Amino acid sequence: MWDYLKLVVFGLIAVLAAIAASYARDVAYMVHAILVTMIAGGLFVYSLKRVGEPKAEKIGYLDGPIRIGVFLTAFWGAVGFLVGTFIAFQLAFPELNFTWLEGYGNFGRLRPLHTSAVIFAFGGTGLVTSSMYVVQRTSGARLWNDQLAWFVFWGYQIFILLAATGYLMGVTQSKEYAEPEWYVDLWLTVVWVGYLLLFLGTLMKRKEPHIYVANWFYLSFIVTIAMLHVVNNLALPVSIFGSKSVQLFSGVQDAMTQWWYGHNAVGFFLTAGFLGMMYYFVPKQAERPVFSYKLSIIHFWALIFLYIWAGPHHLHYTALPDWASTLGMVFSIVLWMPSWGGMINGLMTLSGAWDKLRTDPIIRMMVISIGFYGMSTFEGPMMSIRAVNSLSHYTDWTIGHVHSGALGWNGMITFGMLYFLTPKLWNRAGLYSLRLVSWHFWLATIGIILYAASMWVTGIMEGLMWREVDAQGFLVNSFADTVGAKFPMYVVRGTGGLLFLSGALIMCYNLWMTVKRSPAAEASTDAAAAPAE
Amino acid sequence: MDAYSLFREIADSWVLLAMFLFFAIVVIWVFRPGSRAIYKDTANIPFRHEDKPAGDEDESPRAQH
Repeated sequence: MWDYLKLVVFGLIAVLAAIAASYARDVAYMVHAILVTMIAGGLFVYSLKRVGEPKAEKIGYLDGPIRIGVFLTAFWGAVGFLVGTFIAFQLAFPELNFTWLEGYGNFGRLRPLHTSAVIFAFGGTGLVTSSMYVVQRTSGARLWNDQLAWFVFWGYQIFILLAATGYLMGVTQSKEYAEPEWYVDLWLTVVWVGYLLLFLGTLMKRKEPHIYVANWFYLSFIVTIAMLHVVNNLALPVSIFGSKSVQLFSGVQDAMTQWWYGHNAVGFFLTAGFLGMMYYFVPKQAERPVFSYKLSIIHFWALIFLYIWAGPHHLHYTALPDWASTLGMVFSIVLWMPSWGGMINGLMTLSGAWDKLRTDPIIRMMVISIGFYGMSTFEGPMMSIRAVNSLSHYTDWTIGHVHSGALGWNGMITFGMLYFLTPKLWNRAGLYSLRLVSWHFWLATIGIILYAASMWVTGIMEGLMWREVDAQGFLVNSFADTVGAKFPMYVVRGTGGLLFLSGALIMCYNLWMTVKRSPAAEASTDAAAAPAE
Repeated sequence: MDAYSLFREIADSWVLLAMFLFFAIVVIWVFRPGSRAIYKDTANIPFRHEDKPAGDEDESPRAQH
């Protein structure tokens, strides 16, 4: 019954998408409709071939999507870092905006591709993957529904595909980190509701009496992103056969909604979700429970109550009322405390096992990621203070801050997660090479330091140049003067990116060889013998 | 009174108080007597059920509870 229903649904989607393609009012919409037709058509044929096949028995954990997720996380990471490094050099050497790529490969088109590739493709796939792993292990239960798990996993990848191809063709609603247009937003909403149900369903059938703290963080990430995504993307399409839509909010309300979304995307996507990773993988790798479980609960609730108010600090000195920007500033500063509470909790998990830093490059990676978490959660509140913001806002300092958080905290903890998961999921005795992990660690760390340091210098320089006035009160520097002065720092930044990228490529090689070459772990458990999904 | 002002009024009085109290109670509740033992057990969850769901003839010390 379910098999036939699936066929009907895939067939209907393929036909409707084909009709939409023929009525399309713009090229991008047509390309997307054709893509959807092809995907739905492919799934139709795939399901047709499998009708009536005996169902695989559902035993053990569902690790199929997780294995593919590990592979895709590494892949999206490499793509995102590559695009990022390329656009960094485009800023330093504008000739790299090739004329033959005009309209597709220039900075303006590639920049959202880079940000979304690292945040939503690399980070998002990492979160979906690790959350599916963690919720099963900490609940002692298989994922609630296999079909739904696969739907969520591939549905999210389709979202990435539509968003990324859209950016190159110029489909954007011009909201930072929320660029995809209405139909992609609707699709993500459907996938996300499935994700929430899957996660809750698995928690419901858990065999442990308590919900482990990592799941609390993952759950808050899922719930809050749902809310942010829906509210910030309220828009009316101009036509159901076109990609353009009009925002429901306008003016300062729109700006406030956007940064309420934007900052909480940082708070709940890049922080809460990744803290979920930290609370599971750091104790696992260190082989000791988290330093203080009480602190982790306070950390959780403090973060939830404070983060949501911090958004207005993106809009200092704008049309936003002063009380709102003061509120955002105060909450951002208060937020420093729970952030550092979490950092201390993560770091102190190693107390009594600090010697592991010397022998285990994976734990080293996790520790430096927590270090960067602490650093950027100190830098952030400081930059949100109105007086500091008047210097830092609109300069490269902001970009440096984002990258010390994204490369340092999100990147490093995800690398640690991938290094931990790969031998586990493919039942290997260990990684192919720990030396290569060390190489990755140092390349990435030096890369981030070059990046962050050059952006501090250029950001503060730029800020000071913009506000410099002569005795008559005239501005001393033109905008182009600051651009010229930034050149050396831009080259350093690009070099940092190159190092970070090469580290990630080494990781991809290492993980690949782990799957291909590493000796199998002793068959101590027969779970490994369970059929792969 | 228009809807905005009304919501504003409720938000920065009762709702603010409710949220603050909820948070304060959570913090106090975390330190309730007897919590240490419970949290010690909870903190060890990642070290159980590594390979198999609970119940699949999985024999970690205290799976069923």
